[in-house]
Amino acid sequence: MKLAYWMYAGPAHIGTLRVASSFKNVHAIMHAPLGDDYFNVMRSMLERERDFTPVTASIVDRHVLARGSQEKVVDNISRKDKQERPDLILLTPTCTSSILQEDLQNFVDRASTISDSDVILADVNHYRVNEIQAADRTLEQVVRYYLEKARRQGNLNLSLTDKPSANIIGIFTLGFHNQHDCRELKRLLKDLGIEINQVIPEGGLVENLHQLPKAWFNLVPYREVGLMTAKYLEKEFGMSYISTTPMGVVDIANCIRQIEERINLLSPISLNGKVNYEPYIDEQTRFISQAAWFSRSIDCQNLTGKKAVVFGDATHAASITKILACEMGIRVSCAGTYCKHDGEWFKEQVQNFCDEILVTDDHTEVGDMIARIEPSAIFGTQMERHIGKRLDIPCGVISSPVHIQNFTLGYRPFLGYEGTNQVADLVYNSFTLGMEDHLLEIFGGHDTKEVITKSLSTDTDLTWNSESQLELNKIPGFVRGKIKRNTEKFARQNGVAKITVEIMYAAKEALNA
Amino acid sequence: MSIKISETLTFECETGNYHTFCPISCVAWLYQKIEDSFFLVVGTKTCGYFLQNALGVMIFAEPRYAMAELEEGDISAQLNDYQELKRLCLQVGKDRNPSVIIWIGTCTTEIIKMDLEGMAPKLENEIGIPIIVARANGLDYAFTQGEDTVLAAMAHRCPEEENLIRNPQKNEKKSMEKLFSSLPIETEKKIKKSLINRQNRFSLVLFGSLPSTVASQLSLELNRQSINVSGWLPAQRYTDLPILGNNVYVCGVNPFLSRTATTLMRRRKCKLIGAPFPIGPDGTRAWIEEICSVFGIDTQGLGEREQQIWESLRNYLNLVNGKSVFFMGDNLLEISLARFLIRCGMIVYEIGIPYMDKRYQAAELTFLQTTCKKMCVPMPRIVEKPDNYNQIQRMRELQPDLAITGMAHANPLEARGINTKWSVEFTFAQIHGFTNAKDVLELVTRPLRRNNNLENLGWTDLVREG
Repeated sequence: MKLAYWMYAGPAHIGTLRVASSFKNVHAIMHAPLGDDYFNVMRSMLERERDFTPVTASIVDRHVLARGSQEKVVDNISRKDKQERPDLILLTPTCTSSILQEDLQNFVDRASTISDSDVILADVNHYRVNEIQAADRTLEQVVRYYLEKARRQGNLNLSLTDKPSANIIGIFTLGFHNQHDCRELKRLLKDLGIEINQVIPEGGLVENLHQLPKAWFNLVPYREVGLMTAKYLEKEFGMSYISTTPMGVVDIANCIRQIEERINLLSPISLNGKVNYEPYIDEQTRFISQAAWFSRSIDCQNLTGKKAVVFGDATHAASITKILACEMGIRVSCAGTYCKHDGEWFKEQVQNFCDEILVTDDHTEVGDMIARIEPSAIFGTQMERHIGKRLDIPCGVISSPVHIQNFTLGYRPFLGYEGTNQVADLVYNSFTLGMEDHLLEIFGGHDTKEVITKSLSTDTDLTWNSESQLELNKIPGFVRGKIKRNTEKFARQNGVAKITVEIMYAAKEALNA
Repeated sequence: MSIKISETLTFECETGNYHTFCPISCVAWLYQKIEDSFFLVVGTKTCGYFLQNALGVMIFAEPRYAMAELEEGDISAQLNDYQELKRLCLQVGKDRNPSVIIWIGTCTTEIIKMDLEGMAPKLENEIGIPIIVARANGLDYAFTQGEDTVLAAMAHRCPEEENLIRNPQKNEKKSMEKLFSSLPIETEKKIKKSLINRQNRFSLVLFGSLPSTVASQLSLELNRQSINVSGWLPAQRYTDLPILGNNVYVCGVNPFLSRTATTLMRRRKCKLIGAPFPIGPDGTRAWIEEICSVFGIDTQGLGEREQQIWESLRNYLNLVNGKSVFFMGDNLLEISLARFLIRCGMIVYEIGIPYMDKRYQAAELTFLQTTCKKMCVPMPRIVEKPDNYNQIQRMRELQPDLAITGMAHANPLEARGINTKWSVEFTFAQIHGFTNAKDVLELVTRPLRRNNNLENLGWTDLVREG
């Protein structure tokens, strides 16, 4: 057993559900007790999703515990098949069903004979993998299923598209700024004259998955989700993939050069001329993106040598560390990630760019590290933001897990050239806010004149008896003053000199009457 | 699908495919209510992830709750449960020094049959901190019922009243008859007896967790009728649990506390006052009247007080009058809220509810019926264990003015032009007593007021129907 009240990555089924609900017309059925469909709330609230989340539960209750699910799961699958006519129904085990050890594969086999939809069982072990790993695994499983199905049916078309084209793999629901990143990547590829073959899983149709091999290469922007799929496609169809995250000016250029290499490798086959992206990279870096100029400007000079701490998922933490260290001259005292399964890769990526490396999924360890280092700014998840609040250190949020405010309505990519501008803003704002705070403290704040009274009423004519005083103290601090004022106003209006608990409530009732 | 609004209360039961919070969410408000407690949820990552997301900002405030996260070794019994729990509880004791540790059993502990009830007394002896076990799991319960399981377990820990003179009174018999009877419309005229005298023989304990301000408001209302509330279950501190025994009358303040009520009656020999719940001015009045009648007290100025509250709500009532409501059902407050809203002039099409205890809610159900007759509106259908998919189809047909629903459906319904109010807010807002009637209507009218502001912009329907 582990004592914990916060975790960076959720349970496995969340990852599976994120992939399933990102595809169009795919329905997930969870084998779970009442209340485990919390995923629907997250998607509906955080992503402000307009459509009903295509996830339902086949409820595990006392009866199931006593006698097994029996027909229930199969019934639920065929019912959903008739109601929504999805292309695919993904039966999703949860921690509960893992222990029950029911033969879910058997339910799936039976259900698939009677339903029009394809039915598969998500193959994830609840006690061995987390949300991120499960998402990666599920995406690969779905892709594999449809490619093998196409191969069996003989409608696998392996010829490449005429023009250079790419698949973008790993954009999905509840991902950190994924929607914006996707738009930015599409724009980047369009600028390079590359067509988008497919984006999966977000908005993809499983019926189209058999066309994945037509692309010239796969682009996997995030390490967490999509690598397994890309490796599978490489092994089965010889498709090469690029997994350099195009975040930060340097890595975008790296990524584009790799793309250039792939295209020039294949262009003789399709008889297109060779491409040269160097002029594009140069133009974008020096004049379109503001980040390169920003790093030369005197604003950024002031940041030189300032201490920062970075923590997040492997992709974002590694990229941001490199941006801070190489592109802005900030000293990264510690870079860390909670992706323990990818710890080796992470260490390799950041080891020359930071003083120390922390790989942990224990938020208290991260908190202690930050308290020890006392950086000028933190770049982390929502948890680090709250640690920062407690320690009075500003924090820029750069990675999941996140709150609703990180699902912005405005365009905020982290990837591509527009992403470099956004990251520069984020970094700069975090530090200046810290500086301002510091200066204010030194010079004693904005208001140098002492405020005589903050409440409109002075306590001359009214007395509060001890109960009402006690009652007043129970009211949360931020509204207490207002309640006090309103009560006293009410008391004066009614010619009451002594305030009792009764008067307090009478005042509340009188208000807005 | 036939949608009929019937003349009598109809009860239906659907598939139970509905969205609600897991009952472990009760730690969110209970750890704040019971100041010296510590809640240890014995479960998996799934439970933890739910709490983390559902509790949102509270998580970051060093909460007095934690997960005892079960790992593969715990599931396969490679690790000794007792030793593991002891290690964690010792750490909790050292770090937080709580007066009580409450173990919340989850689905997983049920399935692997972890004997929490058996281990707790042993460990309690060993570490010297009381340990209470509540099985608030999703296999058996929904959302607010979690509080019910905790309070039922806590009822066993309330101190036993000392042997007072046991004097079977006329009142006692009367109260037993009234236990599940309908609401008395007229209270008998009686001479008010000395309160002090009465208090010596009988005391009143209220059960249900309410914010302390609301609790003192309700106590104050009863005080006005010369009734002293001798204690609350739960109290602000575990060490202040009320005294129970067979001279103690108990009355619930929330509709989801049926296990607690049963425990208080059967195990602690308390006398249950079956009353409608103090939600809305009508409910509050009926609640006070029922308590007063049990103690043989004539109510003083209650009618005027209720009238006065209704007066103060006039602006809201104008907004809701004639509008229709659909409760999808997820927190068991639905019957009381529906009854109040009908009294406000609304029409309720359907009351979805996870679980319907017709005995514990008897007075409330009768009150709902009389309210419908009084307001001349058809009786709503009560749907136990609803099926959200079917409900959405029904809503498409009925097009209610307001759907009271969980957060999973709120945004999708709004996008389809149906106004929604999250049901969860009713659990966290202050809705009890005369003083807070306004807060209920504040919540209910919020989407309607929003509409008044956004009317005529032409963008109510925001989905492409493909």
